[in-house]
Amino acid sequence: MDARISLRVDGKDRSITVDTRTTLLDALRDRLGVTSPKKGCDHGQCGACTVLLDGRRAVICLALAVAYDGAEITTADGLALGDTLHPIQQAFLEMDALQCGYCTPGQVCSAVGMLAEAKEGAPSYVSEDLVGGTELDDDEIRERMSGNLCRCGAYVNIVAAIRRVACEESAP
Amino acid sequence: MRPFEYRRAEDVAGAVAAVADHPDAVYLAGGTNLVDHMKLGVATPSLVVDIGHLPLDQIVELPDGTVRIGATVRNSDLAAHLMIRQRYPVLAQALLAGASGQLRNLATTAGNLLQRTRCVYFQDVSMPCNKRDLGSGCAAREGYARYHAILGGSAGCIAVHPSDMAVAMAALDASVVVTGSTGERSIRLVDLHRLPGDTPHRDTVLTHGELITAVDLPPFPFSRHSAYRKVRDRASYAFALISVAAALDLSDHRDGAGGPTIRDVRIAFGGVAHKPWRATAAENFLRGAAASVENFREAADVELARAEALNDNAFKITMVRNTVASLLADLTRRQVGDIGGDLAGQEQKP
Repeated sequence: MDARISLRVDGKDRSITVDTRTTLLDALRDRLGVTSPKKGCDHGQCGACTVLLDGRRAVICLALAVAYDGAEITTADGLALGDTLHPIQQAFLEMDALQCGYCTPGQVCSAVGMLAEAKEGAPSYVSEDLVGGTELDDDEIRERMSGNLCRCGAYVNIVAAIRRVACEESAP
Repeated sequence: MRPFEYRRAEDVAGAVAAVADHPDAVYLAGGTNLVDHMKLGVATPSLVVDIGHLPLDQIVELPDGTVRIGATVRNSDLAAHLMIRQRYPVLAQALLAGASGQLRNLATTAGNLLQRTRCVYFQDVSMPCNKRDLGSGCAAREGYARYHAILGGSAGCIAVHPSDMAVAMAALDASVVVTGSTGERSIRLVDLHRLPGDTPHRDTVLTHGELITAVDLPPFPFSRHSAYRKVRDRASYAFALISVAAALDLSDHRDGAGGPTIRDVRIAFGGVAHKPWRATAAENFLRGAAASVENFREAADVELARAEALNDNAFKITMVRNTVASLLADLTRRQVGDIGGDLAGQEQKP
């Protein structure tokens, strides 16, 4: 069964007809040619398809496209401002936070969403204090980024890249 | 995936009518479990009614102090809510122990309660499973049962409920508000999920079409002294082997070397049964007793007296006992400082 939906993807308004079974991930990749979000497990376990969905990080392999009519999506592609990379993207590049790169767009979107959550004061499971705010040390970053798997094992530098941006953002 | 009709619900009554009238209709909210099961062929609805856009996404305090959590409040928003963090730390911690940041941003309160077991045989349609296909048998009993039940299981099913959030809510005396075609009713959270018995295909007591609209957390004075501890095969982003939610109320009175007396206590286990397991026998043992590691361990043993394990999951009995003792000891230390007994002397084998 078909449904007509509109999406705003990386700043562009797009309108398509989808079978109701289509996930948001398949709609982006196969119908709209937006291939930055990757299909890893397709079961919500690997995080490779993470985007910012209405401003918050989300996996989109378990999201039915028809349920997100009208949504605004930012993929890793849409994070850069022209030729200027997003600070997270720049840090991943400079800190060598990837090997094959397949999980990277999801890692980058997840990191951007995670930093915004932390800035709003959201605690994590490893936070000692649920109320008083938390500094993003390595343990916090690892816990908050645990939904993004990297089969190359580039975690050490992924944590370092995110820590650098977190430190820059918290500097006065 | 089987083709299905999609409808976006306009209001609660319309959603309930749509699903009640249709034998294989389902509700959709966050979709993080349902859509996966539709891909796997575990769920094959012909009508999907989307309640994700209904105005059920608020957390409000009622006049009597009850905190009412709307059914579609996202797990991340519930965990981050200041009132939850301050008054019900066990609930915030349980939520944060579940799934990942990008799943918690989608998953909802009611969806979390109604998520289905992660038993590998339930999720594999080529395997026998009484929960998915009643009468086909239970592959877990003869197979890989590391994650399976040690309490309340039946010959036909030893699946466990996978939620962390529900374990905290069970400890907190929560209730769920449910709307059906004949009106609204309230169900204690500990009565929402069932034990499998001969009918493991039914996870809950809800009838077809009934919709959870909210979860109520009653006020109780020591819910601030609460915590959640989850034990799993990796440090993050994994389902529980076992978990413990607890709240502890100590009196100021100290009887000699015995430590402070326990005025009241709430304990629930996760990862051990077909439902969040409220440990009432352990609670009854501890009320009025001294807060000591020995008593915490003995209370766990009282609760676990009925435990039945297979080869793969016998470790859970010891794991629950040790986790109960260490969590209650931590809650005691936080309230009164020192505690009697030695945590280092825990047994390693059942």
